[in-house]
Amino acid sequence: MSTSLPTFAGYGLGLRREHYRDFLETDVPVDFVEVISENFMVDGGQPLHILRRVRERYPVALHGVSMSIGSADGLRRDYLQRLRALVQEIEPLFVSDHLSWSRFEQINSHDLLPLPYTEETLAIVCRNIQMAQEAIGRPMLFENPSSYVSFTASTMTEWEFLSEMSRRTGCGLLLDINNVFVSTQNHDWDADAYLRGIPAERVRQIHLAGHTVGEELLIDTHDRPVGADVWGLYAKVRQMLGPVATMIERDDAIPPLTDLLAELDIARRLGAQAQPLREAA
Amino acid sequence: MLVQMQRDFQAWLIRADDNPSPQEHVRSTRGLAAYQNNYRTQLVNVLRASYPQLQAWLGEETFLAAAIHHINRHPPSSWTLDVYGEDFSRTLQELYPHNPDVHELAWIEWALAAAFVARDAKGAALEHWADVDWDNARLALAPSFRHRIATTNAFAIWSAWQDQVDLPEAEMLDDPAGLIVWRVGFQTQIKQVDAIESDALISLRDDGRFNTLCEMLVEQLDEEQGIARAGRLLAEWTAAGIVTGLL
Repeated sequence: MSTSLPTFAGYGLGLRREHYRDFLETDVPVDFVEVISENFMVDGGQPLHILRRVRERYPVALHGVSMSIGSADGLRRDYLQRLRALVQEIEPLFVSDHLSWSRFEQINSHDLLPLPYTEETLAIVCRNIQMAQEAIGRPMLFENPSSYVSFTASTMTEWEFLSEMSRRTGCGLLLDINNVFVSTQNHDWDADAYLRGIPAERVRQIHLAGHTVGEELLIDTHDRPVGADVWGLYAKVRQMLGPVATMIERDDAIPPLTDLLAELDIARRLGAQAQPLREAA
Repeated sequence: MLVQMQRDFQAWLIRADDNPSPQEHVRSTRGLAAYQNNYRTQLVNVLRASYPQLQAWLGEETFLAAAIHHINRHPPSSWTLDVYGEDFSRTLQELYPHNPDVHELAWIEWALAAAFVARDAKGAALEHWADVDWDNARLALAPSFRHRIATTNAFAIWSAWQDQVDLPEAEMLDDPAGLIVWRVGFQTQIKQVDAIESDALISLRDDGRFNTLCEMLVEQLDEEQGIARAGRLLAEWTAAGIVTGLL
């Protein structure tokens, strides 16, 4: 199994059905695209064909939503076999999923549910990550979750958990800046402490997305442009990180591609502005 | 213990009552409702996306009631939400035991979706068929092929919906027929076939042997007509991409 964690500096978009034609027939100015792994873990048909054609034109990152790395009863082998086959065919830039759980025993909620940050959880998550990385033959990235509850049992912060998880397993981190903002707001955590606490050398990818302001909480909806607060955090974090792949993640109320490319230009500009500051530091 | 937390949280999530057992695990309960809401909304949306025409046929309220009934009794188990709608037919049988039009419409929508991502077919090796030992030949159906018996005009209802014309009233067919779904390239296909062709396809699906198919048709028709019909059907199925080669 390869144990090295490749780096890729560039700007990309999530590939969504509404924009398939653009990506297949025009030169969209992105450095990579990200797809939802499970949408292509199928036997055949048009979705796989489209992914193969897109892969001929752009580097592809695979982003999963169903691994359930925090499941106390382990991972599903049939899932890992499907993912492994897709990884072998697509040869993606990165393979990522979320620090969360969605399945326990025979029921799968298909939601990215939060975990208590304890030594017990850390041991279970690390064991599962090692199993997943062995199954697909390469290190993965795991994304910090957005959450609406935290647990009384937690004995460490989320960023301490992510840091230790990465150190023990060799996995990389996918830092979702919107999730940092949503969770720190919802739980009254310190966003600056969060970003400082993340091991910068393990971050390989960044997600940027929009959220909804609910009555009592911020909800991670991915259905609107990236907010000003999230851009502010992104500008800060880019000064802390080395080469990284940044992308806009939009999953609902999908706008014209030009709107997403305009958002990606903001990310490019902020990334370029951060470079001299990072070098000076 | 993580096991206990996940067991409690999951049980509360799928139960949808006001007894949040996860509350003993969390610092504040104010965010819990977001998870329960996400869970149920997502599953309703999956069923709506899987069965758009059934929703139009039943009406939004009736469909929603059936969806909630299903979600309450059948939480998802697969790693992919794409298959969650597969068992919805069981709920429809339970709720509408005397509405075969509902069952057949649901079957059409699910079969088309399943065929869309079924394993790709290999092309028919037509040039070799002259040399085939037909007494022992076993024919391969497209991996996307699906079949069911039709007793109602569900296919006509589905077709009218596709063509955006007035939907006919539901009615029973004079004689049972067959519904078949398959995919050619990336294009899903659907066809209603008569009882003889339906039986022939069942024979081919279950047995594969052209010889068995011929014997069945000879029995149903007579020797001359049976053999002639078998030959015509094979030519039609091959041209349509239903039969894709030899096993």
